[in-house]
Amino acid sequence: MDLDYFKLIDRIVELNLDEKRITVEAQVPAQHTIFEGHFPGFPTMPGVLLTEAMAQSSGWLLLGLLKFERMPFLAIIKEAKMRGFVSPGTLLTIEAKLEHEGSGFAVTKAKGRAGKELKCSAEITFGLTPFPDPSMRVHMDAMANKIGFPLQAITQ
Amino acid sequence: MSSTFDQIANIIAETCDIPRDTIKPESHAIDDLGIDSLDFLDIAFAIDKAFGIKMPLEKWTQEVNDGKATTEQYFVLQNLADRIDELVAAKNAAPGA
Repeated sequence: MDLDYFKLIDRIVELNLDEKRITVEAQVPAQHTIFEGHFPGFPTMPGVLLTEAMAQSSGWLLLGLLKFERMPFLAIIKEAKMRGFVSPGTLLTIEAKLEHEGSGFAVTKAKGRAGKELKCSAEITFGLTPFPDPSMRVHMDAMANKIGFPLQAITQ
Repeated sequence: MSSTFDQIANIIAETCDIPRDTIKPESHAIDDLGIDSLDFLDIAFAIDKAFGIKMPLEKWTQEVNDGKATTEQYFVLQNLADRIDELVAAKNAAPGA
Protein backbone atom coordinates (compact mmCIF):
# COMPACT_ATOMS: atom_id res chain seq x y z
CA MET A 1 0.00 0.00 0.00
CA ASP A 2 1.11 3.50 -0.79
CA LEU A 3 -1.10 5.36 1.63
CA ASP A 4 0.23 8.79 0.68
CA TYR A 5 -0.88 8.31 -2.90
CA PHE A 6 -4.02 6.35 -2.00
CA LYS A 7 -2.79 3.37 -4.01
CA LEU A 8 -3.92 0.58 -1.77
CA ILE A 9 -3.55 -2.51 -3.95
CA ASP A 10 -0.10 -4.09 -4.33
CA ARG A 11 -0.69 -7.14 -6.46
CA ILE A 12 -3.38 -8.90 -8.43
CA VAL A 13 -3.29 -12.56 -7.44
CA GLU A 14 -6.07 -13.79 -9.70
CA LEU A 15 -8.46 -12.24 -12.18
CA ASN A 16 -11.18 -14.57 -13.45
CA LEU A 17 -13.33 -12.73 -15.98
CA ASP A 18 -15.52 -15.77 -16.66
CA GLU A 19 -16.49 -15.96 -13.00
CA LYS A 20 -16.34 -12.16 -12.72
CA ARG A 21 -14.14 -12.10 -9.64
CA ILE A 22 -10.73 -10.89 -8.56
CA THR A 23 -8.32 -11.60 -5.73
CA VAL A 24 -5.68 -9.04 -4.75
CA GLU A 25 -3.12 -8.51 -2.03
CA ALA A 26 -2.62 -5.31 -0.06
CA GLN A 27 0.23 -5.00 2.40
CA VAL A 28 -0.58 -2.62 5.24
CA PRO A 29 2.63 -0.69 5.98
CA ALA A 30 4.35 -1.44 9.26
CA GLN A 31 4.78 2.27 9.90
CA HIS A 32 2.93 5.38 8.80
CA THR A 33 1.93 8.69 10.35
CA ILE A 34 -1.71 7.58 10.15
CA PHE A 35 -1.02 5.10 12.93
CA GLU A 36 0.40 7.83 15.17
CA GLY A 37 -3.06 9.31 15.40
CA HIS A 38 -5.22 6.26 14.74
CA PHE A 39 -4.62 5.38 17.56
CA PRO A 40 -1.81 6.24 19.98
CA GLY A 41 -0.89 2.98 21.70
CA PHE A 42 -3.26 0.98 19.48
CA PRO A 43 -2.35 1.50 15.82
CA THR A 44 -5.24 0.34 13.66
CA MET A 45 -5.99 0.57 9.96
CA PRO A 46 -8.91 3.05 9.55
CA GLY A 47 -12.12 1.47 8.35
CA VAL A 48 -12.47 4.10 5.65
CA LEU A 49 -9.18 2.91 4.12
CA LEU A 50 -10.25 -0.74 4.33
CA THR A 51 -13.41 0.30 2.49
CA GLU A 52 -11.36 2.15 -0.12
CA ALA A 53 -9.15 -0.93 -0.55
CA MET A 54 -12.27 -3.02 -1.24
CA ALA A 55 -13.44 -0.36 -3.71
CA GLN A 56 -10.08 -0.31 -5.52
CA SER A 57 -10.08 -4.13 -5.71
CA SER A 58 -13.56 -3.99 -7.22
CA GLY A 59 -12.38 -1.25 -9.56
CA TRP A 60 -9.65 -3.43 -11.02
CA LEU A 61 -12.17 -6.20 -11.57
CA LEU A 62 -14.49 -3.81 -13.39
CA LEU A 63 -11.66 -2.37 -15.49
CA GLY A 64 -10.93 -5.93 -16.60
CA LEU A 65 -14.56 -6.67 -17.40
CA LEU A 66 -14.84 -3.34 -19.26
CA LYS A 67 -11.53 -3.94 -21.07
CA PHE A 68 -10.30 -0.56 -19.86
CA GLU A 69 -12.84 1.17 -22.09
CA ARG A 70 -14.56 2.91 -19.19
CA MET A 71 -13.57 3.96 -15.72
CA PRO A 72 -15.49 2.87 -12.62
CA PHE A 73 -16.04 5.65 -10.09
CA LEU A 74 -17.20 4.95 -6.55
CA ALA A 75 -20.85 5.93 -6.07
CA ILE A 76 -22.51 3.98 -3.24
CA ILE A 77 -21.22 1.89 -0.33
CA LYS A 78 -23.66 -0.37 1.46
CA GLU A 79 -23.31 -2.79 4.31
CA ALA A 80 -19.71 -1.82 4.97
CA LYS A 81 -18.68 -3.93 7.95
CA MET A 82 -15.42 -3.69 9.86
CA ARG A 83 -15.27 -7.12 11.42
CA GLY A 84 -11.91 -7.02 13.16
CA PHE A 85 -8.95 -4.74 13.83
CA VAL A 86 -6.24 -4.61 11.17
CA SER A 87 -2.79 -3.85 12.55
CA PRO A 88 0.23 -2.28 10.80
CA GLY A 89 2.17 -4.88 8.81
CA THR A 90 -0.88 -7.04 8.06
CA LEU A 91 -1.10 -8.67 4.63
CA LEU A 92 -4.69 -8.31 3.44
CA THR A 93 -6.20 -10.53 0.79
CA ILE A 94 -9.21 -8.92 -0.82
CA GLU A 95 -11.73 -10.69 -3.03
CA ALA A 96 -14.32 -8.87 -5.11
CA LYS A 97 -17.10 -10.35 -7.21
CA LEU A 98 -19.47 -8.73 -9.66
CA GLU A 99 -22.96 -8.73 -8.25
CA HIS A 100 -24.69 -6.92 -11.11
CA GLU A 101 -23.79 -5.03 -14.25
CA GLY A 102 -26.43 -2.47 -15.09
CA SER A 103 -26.61 0.22 -17.74
CA GLY A 104 -23.90 2.70 -16.77
CA PHE A 105 -23.32 1.20 -13.35
CA ALA A 106 -22.07 -1.97 -11.66
CA VAL A 107 -22.37 -3.46 -8.20
CA THR A 108 -19.75 -5.63 -6.50
CA LYS A 109 -19.41 -7.46 -3.22
CA ALA A 110 -15.97 -7.43 -1.61
CA LYS A 111 -14.35 -9.11 1.38
CA GLY A 112 -10.99 -8.48 3.01
CA ARG A 113 -9.17 -11.15 5.01
CA ALA A 114 -6.00 -11.40 7.06
CA GLY A 115 -5.09 -15.05 6.69
CA LYS A 116 -8.39 -16.86 7.07
CA GLU A 117 -9.89 -14.21 9.30
CA LEU A 118 -12.57 -12.04 7.69
CA LYS A 119 -11.80 -8.41 8.50
CA CYS A 120 -14.16 -6.36 6.36
CA SER A 121 -16.89 -6.63 3.74
CA ALA A 122 -19.10 -4.32 1.69
CA GLU A 123 -21.45 -4.00 -1.26
CA ILE A 124 -20.18 -1.29 -3.58
CA THR A 125 -21.82 0.50 -6.52
CA PHE A 126 -19.83 2.25 -9.24
CA GLY A 127 -20.79 4.61 -12.01
CA LEU A 128 -19.13 3.60 -15.29
CA THR A 129 -18.03 6.49 -17.47
CA PRO A 130 -15.61 7.15 -20.31
CA PHE A 131 -12.18 8.16 -19.04
CA PRO A 132 -12.51 11.90 -18.31
CA ASP A 133 -8.96 12.58 -19.47
CA PRO A 134 -6.57 10.57 -21.68
CA SER A 135 -3.78 10.99 -19.12
CA MET A 136 -5.88 9.09 -16.61
CA ARG A 137 -6.11 6.13 -18.95
CA VAL A 138 -2.33 6.22 -19.40
CA HIS A 139 -1.92 6.31 -15.64
CA MET A 140 -4.26 3.35 -15.14
CA ASP A 141 -2.34 1.35 -17.74
CA ALA A 142 0.89 2.03 -15.85
CA MET A 143 -0.71 1.09 -12.55
CA ALA A 144 -2.12 -2.08 -14.09
CA ASN A 145 1.35 -3.05 -15.23
CA LYS A 146 2.80 -2.31 -11.80
CA ILE A 147 0.36 -4.49 -9.87
CA GLY A 148 0.48 -7.37 -12.32
CA PHE A 149 -2.82 -6.91 -14.09
CA PRO A 150 -3.04 -9.84 -16.56
CA LEU A 151 -3.59 -7.86 -19.76
CA GLN A 152 -3.83 -11.10 -21.74
CA ALA A 153 -7.10 -11.78 -19.88
CA ILE A 154 -8.80 -8.87 -21.64
CA THR A 155 -7.35 -9.47 -25.09
CA GLN A 156 -8.71 -13.01 -25.37
CA MET B 1 -49.37 -10.74 -7.56
CA SER B 2 -48.77 -7.00 -7.32
CA SER B 3 -48.60 -4.85 -10.43
CA THR B 4 -45.35 -3.66 -11.94
CA PHE B 5 -46.21 -0.15 -10.76
CA ASP B 6 -46.74 -1.35 -7.19
CA GLN B 7 -43.42 -3.19 -7.22
CA ILE B 8 -41.44 -0.18 -8.43
CA ALA B 9 -43.32 2.15 -6.07
CA ASN B 10 -42.38 -0.11 -3.16
CA ILE B 11 -38.75 -0.14 -4.32
CA ILE B 12 -38.70 3.67 -4.55
CA ALA B 13 -40.34 4.07 -1.14
CA GLU B 14 -37.80 1.77 0.48
CA THR B 15 -34.74 3.02 -1.39
CA CYS B 16 -35.42 6.75 -1.11
CA ASP B 17 -37.37 6.85 2.15
CA ILE B 18 -40.38 8.40 0.40
CA PRO B 19 -43.83 7.67 1.93
CA ARG B 20 -45.41 4.96 -0.20
CA ASP B 21 -48.81 6.68 -0.32
CA THR B 22 -47.30 9.75 -2.03
CA ILE B 23 -46.01 7.67 -4.94
CA LYS B 24 -48.64 7.60 -7.70
CA PRO B 25 -48.71 6.18 -11.24
CA GLU B 26 -48.66 9.76 -12.56
CA SER B 27 -45.69 10.78 -10.37
CA HIS B 28 -42.57 11.90 -12.22
CA ALA B 29 -39.58 10.33 -10.50
CA ILE B 30 -37.43 13.43 -10.84
CA ASP B 31 -39.84 16.37 -10.94
CA ASP B 32 -42.41 15.13 -8.41
CA LEU B 33 -40.47 12.75 -6.17
CA GLY B 34 -37.13 14.55 -6.28
CA ILE B 35 -35.13 11.42 -6.98
CA ASP B 36 -31.58 12.30 -8.02
CA SER B 37 -29.24 10.36 -10.28
CA LEU B 38 -27.48 8.58 -7.43
CA ASP B 39 -30.70 7.37 -5.87
CA PHE B 40 -31.84 6.31 -9.32
CA LEU B 41 -28.75 4.07 -9.60
CA ASP B 42 -29.90 2.34 -6.44
CA ILE B 43 -33.44 2.06 -7.76
CA ALA B 44 -32.22 0.72 -11.11
CA PHE B 45 -30.19 -1.96 -9.32
CA ALA B 46 -33.23 -3.02 -7.30
CA ILE B 47 -35.52 -3.02 -10.36
CA ASP B 48 -32.98 -4.95 -12.48
CA LYS B 49 -32.73 -7.56 -9.73
CA ALA B 50 -36.46 -7.77 -9.05
CA PHE B 51 -37.41 -8.22 -12.71
CA GLY B 52 -34.30 -9.99 -14.01
CA ILE B 53 -33.67 -7.30 -16.63
CA LYS B 54 -31.13 -4.60 -17.47
CA MET B 55 -32.90 -1.28 -17.84
CA PRO B 56 -31.16 0.59 -20.69
CA LEU B 57 -30.69 3.80 -18.71
CA GLU B 58 -27.86 5.09 -20.88
CA LYS B 59 -29.91 4.60 -24.05
CA TRP B 60 -32.90 6.34 -22.50
CA THR B 61 -30.76 9.23 -21.28
CA GLN B 62 -29.23 9.61 -24.72
CA GLU B 63 -32.66 9.66 -26.34
CA VAL B 64 -33.77 12.42 -23.96
CA ASN B 65 -30.58 14.40 -24.52
CA ASP B 66 -30.98 14.06 -28.29
CA GLY B 67 -34.59 15.27 -28.12
CA LYS B 68 -35.89 11.91 -29.40
CA ALA B 69 -37.81 11.23 -26.21
CA THR B 70 -39.14 13.13 -23.23
CA THR B 71 -38.30 12.41 -19.61
CA GLU B 72 -42.01 11.69 -19.08
CA GLN B 73 -41.76 8.64 -21.34
CA TYR B 74 -39.32 7.00 -18.96
CA PHE B 75 -39.68 8.69 -15.59
CA VAL B 76 -43.44 9.01 -15.09
CA LEU B 77 -43.90 5.86 -13.05
CA GLN B 78 -46.73 4.27 -15.01
CA ASN B 79 -44.69 4.78 -18.18
CA LEU B 80 -41.64 3.33 -16.45
CA ALA B 81 -43.75 0.33 -15.43
CA ASP B 82 -44.84 -0.09 -19.06
CA ARG B 83 -41.20 0.05 -20.23
CA ILE B 84 -40.29 -2.59 -17.63
CA ASP B 85 -43.16 -4.82 -18.77
CA GLU B 86 -41.83 -4.51 -22.34
CA LEU B 87 -38.32 -5.47 -21.24
CA VAL B 88 -39.62 -8.47 -19.29
CA ALA B 89 -41.72 -9.57 -22.28
CA ALA B 90 -38.70 -9.21 -24.59
CA LYS B 91 -36.58 -11.26 -22.21
CA ASN B 92 -39.18 -14.00 -22.00
CA ALA B 93 -39.53 -14.06 -25.79
CA ALA B 94 -35.79 -14.38 -26.34
CA PRO B 95 -34.39 -17.76 -27.43
CA GLY B 96 -33.45 -19.85 -24.42
CA ALA B 97 -35.67 -17.84 -22.09
